[in-house]
Amino acid sequence: IHFILLFSRQGKLRLQKWYTTLPDKEKKKIIREIVQIILSRNQRTSSFVDWKDLKLVYKRYASLYFCCAIEDQDNELLTLEVVHRYVELLDRYFGNVCELDIIFNFEKAYFILDEFIIGGEVQETSKKTAVKAIEDSDMLQETVEEYMNKPAF
Amino acid sequence: MPAPIRLRELIRTIRTARTQAEEREMIQKECAAIRSSFREEDNTYRCRNVAKLLYMHMLGYPAHFGQLECLKLIASQKFTDKRIGYLGAMLLLDERQDVHLLMTNCIKNDLNHSTQYVQGLALCTLGCMGSSEMCRDLAGEVEKLLKTSNSYLRKKAALCAVHVIRKVPELMEMFLPATKNLLNEKNHGVLHTSVVLLTEMCERSPDMLAHFRKVRQLSSSQLVPQLVRILKNLIMSGYSPEHDVSGISDPFLQVRILRLLRILGRNDDDSSEAMNDILAQVATNTETSKNVGNAILYETVLTIMDIKSESGLRVLAINILGRFLLNNDKNIRYVALTSLLKTVQTDHNAVQRHRSTIVDCLKDLDVSIKRRAMELSFALVNGNNVRGMMKELLYFLDSCEPEFKADCASGIFLAAEKYAPSKRWHIDTIMRVLTTAGSYVRDDAVPNLIQLITNSVEMHAYTVQRLYKAILGDYSQQPLVQVASWCIGEYGDLLVSGQCEEEEPIQVTEDEVLDILESILISNMSASVTRGYALTAIMKLSTRFTCTVNRIKKVVSIYGSSIDVELQQRAVEYNALFKKYDHMRPALLERMPVMEKVTTNGPAEIVQTNGETETAVLETKPPPSGLQPANQANDLLDLLGGSDITPVIPTAPTNKPAAAGGELLDLLGDLNLTGSPVPAPAPQIAQPPFLLDGLTTQPLFNDIAAGIPSITAYNKNGLKIDFTFERSNTNPSVTVITIQASNSTDLDMTDFVFQAAVPKTFQLQLLSPSSSVIPAFNSGTITQVIKVLNPQKQQLRMRIKLTYNHKGSAMQDLAEVNNFPPQSWQ
Repeated sequence: IHFILLFSRQGKLRLQKWYTTLPDKEKKKIIREIVQIILSRNQRTSSFVDWKDLKLVYKRYASLYFCCAIEDQDNELLTLEVVHRYVELLDRYFGNVCELDIIFNFEKAYFILDEFIIGGEVQETSKKTAVKAIEDSDMLQETVEEYMNKPAF
Repeated sequence: MPAPIRLRELIRTIRTARTQAEEREMIQKECAAIRSSFREEDNTYRCRNVAKLLYMHMLGYPAHFGQLECLKLIASQKFTDKRIGYLGAMLLLDERQDVHLLMTNCIKNDLNHSTQYVQGLALCTLGCMGSSEMCRDLAGEVEKLLKTSNSYLRKKAALCAVHVIRKVPELMEMFLPATKNLLNEKNHGVLHTSVVLLTEMCERSPDMLAHFRKVRQLSSSQLVPQLVRILKNLIMSGYSPEHDVSGISDPFLQVRILRLLRILGRNDDDSSEAMNDILAQVATNTETSKNVGNAILYETVLTIMDIKSESGLRVLAINILGRFLLNNDKNIRYVALTSLLKTVQTDHNAVQRHRSTIVDCLKDLDVSIKRRAMELSFALVNGNNVRGMMKELLYFLDSCEPEFKADCASGIFLAAEKYAPSKRWHIDTIMRVLTTAGSYVRDDAVPNLIQLITNSVEMHAYTVQRLYKAILGDYSQQPLVQVASWCIGEYGDLLVSGQCEEEEPIQVTEDEVLDILESILISNMSASVTRGYALTAIMKLSTRFTCTVNRIKKVVSIYGSSIDVELQQRAVEYNALFKKYDHMRPALLERMPVMEKVTTNGPAEIVQTNGETETAVLETKPPPSGLQPANQANDLLDLLGGSDITPVIPTAPTNKPAAAGGELLDLLGDLNLTGSPVPAPAPQIAQPPFLLDGLTTQPLFNDIAAGIPSITAYNKNGLKIDFTFERSNTNPSVTVITIQASNSTDLDMTDFVFQAAVPKTFQLQLLSPSSSVIPAFNSGTITQVIKVLNPQKQQLRMRIKLTYNHKGSAMQDLAEVNNFPPQSWQ
């Protein structure tokens, strides 16, 4: 996977994860282009779009579009499953996740993604294990008191 | 200073902004506060501030001043800080930033941290965006963690190693020992990432691939059987809630294993054999009701088609694809079409069975599906189904999006060329394409069509009549008008004489014909090239029409002062022809002779040539020499050729048509009673010729002008190999030889390999052949292009070696080719 984008039906970006290096301006241009392509596709088309030398796999969940860019030899149907699994993880963590959850807790959405995918490849195929890792990490986060009292460096 | 506002608070506030300007104001205010907070080196709230900054970054605002703060957070001892710090690093500190490398030390320390979640953070960050330098520095740490027994870390280390290898491929060797018992794990996460790591290594390095195919893993058997076993367990084992997706156990792992098996089995008989069973099992037992199952089947099909599987398995795979095509889910149909496109070359007959479904997909609404269906349809056209397929494809051409029309038109021309059941059908099809998608037809199609029409001698009257009718109503589609003008110019006499056999002849007078040609000349819609065609056509009619010669003269002289330089030149030259060389006019404007053409490809080649320019496929091979200099009709061709090569008048012997320009000069010289070469016409010849102009840019005519005879290089046991030659215009030392291998026996020859060797002073380049099967009964040929560089212009000699399978036995033969014609190397 080269990158993952989450955006709303109005085209507002909710999450962007890049697994390749590109200049900032380039990223913005790509996002604009892809958002436009996907938002203009209607219901009856397939979930795959050929774009440059990559394939875009996208799926809409409620008001959010999840879009992954994969290489030519990657399996498109499996990528749909990957997207679905990520949504399931979010759902399990937040409990009936909705777009607002992702907006207000975007850093947690990133953490969950990082427990599921590293470097563009899936690292954990068990829902239970992935969510448990996040919850344990959350436990590690200090309480306000601990935080204030712990030395910084 | 009061505590900075909390993240969620900020988010809420920003979302209340009703305009972009309002939002920008809020953001700027907050950024200022954050900046001063950073300046004060506030440890307590740094984390919160950076988090806010990241949110604003996502909205699109600049956040580079937070880079150093991320570094400080990473270095902090607090887990909360580290978490946000690493997130910030992944978002803001990619390898293009100057401060990227400063992270290295922190990451190194954290890789050795006592808490696994901190180690995890470090591995994740390194694995997502570490630069090459960083990877080099930290590869050792990653390798160490790859061997740990902690599965949480092991899986992350494996993916981190994948990233390191992608960035610094030389470090691959380093991870080899650690891979020894990666697959002995029970943990699916580790298994999955290990398979990914192995895949990456095998894909990048053929040595690694060979290594993994052969070597025995520690305390277990070889890799392929091991993978097969794991896959089998996944399929056979009972329900495992942890990894289950719609009744299938860990599809992610299954697919990755299938992919690795594909790489291991490619071109390797032993490995392929070891996996035949499991592939058959997966292919037959997987549930197809949900997307998951289909994802696995898809991967299985890709694997089966790529390895050396037995034919039963391949048929199974194609049938699965056929079933996919009937599925209602568009995604599945899309995937099926893509795979079929890849396999149509090798398993042509199997794919043919699904032809009707594929053709139905042409009517789908989805653009990507349509494109694939179109490409596949072209690949499947053959002699039997051409009429039906063409009907569908023409209908498609009518209704498809503009971006397809050019490719579709080219494809139709190609297919029609190869499989036309009759000349009339062929011409009709071309007409249909020209009228429906006339403006999208590629420019190079025009000369090809003209050549085609010229060669269908008996259809001339019919063709010109139809073309005339077509442009009567509408002459805006340039390619159509160009072809029509040319035809009318050539066959105008047939048109007015009402000689058509194929359909009702129409009554056309010479004046009407000239009317139409003139309106093309005048029209604003006509391109300059088109006007050139029209003018030339009018000129040619001066010898074919009887009553309207004066009118033609008038038209031609008007354009002698045209603003368009090309038209002007032509008109002036035609005028000269009327005035000074009127006795030569009939000879010069005579009917074009039939051009010889040899088809170069067998039936299954359309996919490869789809989208390519047609000239590449429809290369005209030079006619055998035998052109007599007295044959004035050929001088037309020579004229053409002469201007293409160089304007210099060569001194070659007169019976060689290569000295094209010179021929005409001789001709003129002979007829001109002064006996000395007339200087005036010579520069004219040097210009792009005034006849048949649109065709000059095509390499087709270079061949004719060169006129190098072809030879039979080898003819034994039913295998015949012909060589045809072209000389490169740009580099006179290069000879391009196209070999054509045909088979007159009653059985196909398979696995045909042609090899050639030349003496030391030459250089040889062999391009890839069109296929490796020569069908029996001369029903098709293999073509291959050889480029010979002959800087010393020595006599060309070649030794060839042929290997093929025929009638069940392997055949091999060596031969020497000595009968190269001198024109091919002088």
